[in-house]
Amino acid sequence: MDFVCNFPAISILMSLFSGIISSGLKQRAARMLNSILLLTVIALNATAFVYTLGTGQSFVYVMGKFPAPWGNEIRAGVLETMMATVFSLIMLLSLLGGEKKLHDEVEEDKIFLYYVLNDLLLSSLLALIYTNDIFTAYVFIEINTIAACGLIMIRQNGRTIEASVRYMIMSLLGSGMILLSICLLYDITGHLLMSNIKEEVISLYAGGNYSVPLTVAISLICVGLAIKSALFPFHSWLPDAYGYSTVSSAAILSSLVSKGYIFLLIKIFYRVIGLDIIRNSKIINVLFVFGLAGMIFGSLSAMKEGDIRRMIAFSSVAQIGYIYMGFGLGTEVGMIASVFHILTHAATKSLLFISAIGLTEVSGGSRHFNEVTGAGFRNVIAGIGFTVGSLSMVGLPAFAGFISKILFAQAALNNVRKMLPVLIVLGISTILNAIYFLKTVLRIYTPVETSYYKPLLIKDQKLYSVVIIMFVIINFILGLLSGSITNWITLGLEMFA
Amino acid sequence: MSNLRFSKKDTKDFDFKEWMDGTNDPYLGNLEMKPQVKRKDDFKTVMKHMKDYEMVENRLYDSEKNMGVRFFNKLYKISSILFTVLLIGVMLYAVSYLPPVGNANNPDNNVVSERYIENGLQETGAVNIVSGMILTYRAFDTFGETNVLFIATCCVMIMLMLGEKAFEEQKEADENRRFEPKDDQILKFAARVLCPVIFVFGIYIILNGHISPGGGFSGGAILGAGMILYVNAFGFGMTGKWFNEHIYKIAKITALCMYGLIGSYFYITGANGINNHIPLGIPGHILSSGIILPINIAVGIEVACTMYAFFALFRRGGM
Repeated sequence: MDFVCNFPAISILMSLFSGIISSGLKQRAARMLNSILLLTVIALNATAFVYTLGTGQSFVYVMGKFPAPWGNEIRAGVLETMMATVFSLIMLLSLLGGEKKLHDEVEEDKIFLYYVLNDLLLSSLLALIYTNDIFTAYVFIEINTIAACGLIMIRQNGRTIEASVRYMIMSLLGSGMILLSICLLYDITGHLLMSNIKEEVISLYAGGNYSVPLTVAISLICVGLAIKSALFPFHSWLPDAYGYSTVSSAAILSSLVSKGYIFLLIKIFYRVIGLDIIRNSKIINVLFVFGLAGMIFGSLSAMKEGDIRRMIAFSSVAQIGYIYMGFGLGTEVGMIASVFHILTHAATKSLLFISAIGLTEVSGGSRHFNEVTGAGFRNVIAGIGFTVGSLSMVGLPAFAGFISKILFAQAALNNVRKMLPVLIVLGISTILNAIYFLKTVLRIYTPVETSYYKPLLIKDQKLYSVVIIMFVIINFILGLLSGSITNWITLGLEMFA
Repeated sequence: MSNLRFSKKDTKDFDFKEWMDGTNDPYLGNLEMKPQVKRKDDFKTVMKHMKDYEMVENRLYDSEKNMGVRFFNKLYKISSILFTVLLIGVMLYAVSYLPPVGNANNPDNNVVSERYIENGLQETGAVNIVSGMILTYRAFDTFGETNVLFIATCCVMIMLMLGEKAFEEQKEADENRRFEPKDDQILKFAARVLCPVIFVFGIYIILNGHISPGGGFSGGAILGAGMILYVNAFGFGMTGKWFNEHIYKIAKITALCMYGLIGSYFYITGANGINNHIPLGIPGHILSSGIILPINIAVGIEVACTMYAFFALFRRGGM
């Protein structure tokens, strides 16, 4: 085994260690440790990505000396390493971009806890991406849930505490469903390791044994993960949680936490149940309908919103709907489109949150639409960031959002029965997106003659500007180099099988 | 030709062309136009608007007067009960199709449990198979589980930990015995008798985790319960002499790091096929079973710290 194969495991262990050590450090040191950790994790996972691309196959890493099915295992392929790299990069940028606001909004002697939570969140995201064992996945889902609650609640006011209680209740319901589903699967297959479960499930399905528990298990795990990733009818926790928490938390929650669960769902589709059985079960149609409904109702709620942060939050509901719609198509192409949209949404939504905070900062801290009028002139870099993010969400060519929309449309053409609803809803949703995002862009570029608010120059916020520029570059990379990225995704999904 | 038609005067086309060019505005002079006046709200109207708004809000959520809200509340309750009953029904239905308990042909009686039971003692050195399984075969899961406890304490700290200034005020209040029990002789006597026994029993369970039922999680919970009894009887002042925030931090970080280091050594050497130098010892002896004993100690310390920290944070917002 090559030395590179250690890197995924080392990055998980390193983030757990940093979390533990940070709990004894002062805030500056904790912040330094967190940044170093994230940079190292990016480097390690990028190396692993290049390695898997070179060998052209995934590798299994046994945690301990006992091989599967007795011990724990993690598994890394092209898709996993790519996701891990992108996720840690976006986490680093979100934390750096919201750092100034964090100091305004969080009590000084609790900031080190914020970094503890982030380190552990990173470890759980990496573990969810790499795991090859559904019980390990469950353990790290717990860490993920508690860390996310802490991220919402660390800014202490009434709204965030309410939001975190709501998140906690909904999220624990989801966790419970996942746990029940794992129990059912263990009872009928006798395994916890993904590949062994898949073998057993295929033979059970072929023999027609235990079809009722199998169906219940599939639907419970799908619904559980859908609740945790805020699919449309289960999204009531989302607007408050994203709208009132401190900005880095909002960016991390919307672009990483929910995506981690979605990635786990993809993994379960491919590696636990098998795409054929998923396709034959009716649950995929339910996800499809919920996805379509989310695309429209999420956008409608966003249009009604007068608060810029909550508007972006509701837009997440619509974007999650896109991803589940791609699952619902049940084809390989649909999956590729969904995975690409995970990347697009992760990169774009964090950009939108971070730049929105720059706009509200030059508007007296008010997040209301009327107040941000002309904010694009007062904070140039935030205005540029918001515009790029909006255009990408609407789906203009050259931006990341365009590619994912065109991939969804192409995927729909392969599925005769679901083609028409997808295309119609995609069109409607694009128009709705354009209405509320471009409305905001026009609003921030409407000149105001006399402004009470002072403009903020780029030289006063160097770090922030660098972060926004990095986000914009990532967006253009996703939009312009989409050919090779989709190739990697295809390769990665082939490795899943 | 369209150009010709545009050039003719007194036609609609010509008017349209002129309007497009901006030379003639048909509305100018025909329509009364006023520049927009900026709205001025005096204090009185603002107050009136606020009052109206408040009244509407009150009416809206007043279930006595608003039939819609009342109907919705009822519907919400009924549908949530129906949904729960439905979910219970589905689960029971699914369970009725599961393999019967204790049947030898069940799917979970496979190679996995066979190796745990038959080779467990030999491979892990632990007489207690459960400890061997969770701390050796599936050690990574258990490390995650220990971190769940750790992160839960962090979240409670975010929620309840007081700042230094508030904590000092709290301490002053402590001297008034507002947040601590009164000087209760019965409790003190009971604690003086029970605490040593509880501590020794907890330590025994932790140290014998690989030989008899028990281990880090259960033993740590007993230790934590003993500490809570002690603090209830003798107060935070006495406990602070041997267990305060500083010691808590050191104990917690040392325990978790110890687990992490042992675990990492075990995972990485195991995965790379390198022989690790952890002796398994003779099964049944106290110093045996490789990594299980130190991990049990680490888990025990962490669990005891977590239990006590929860109590102290809920009690007075600090250690």
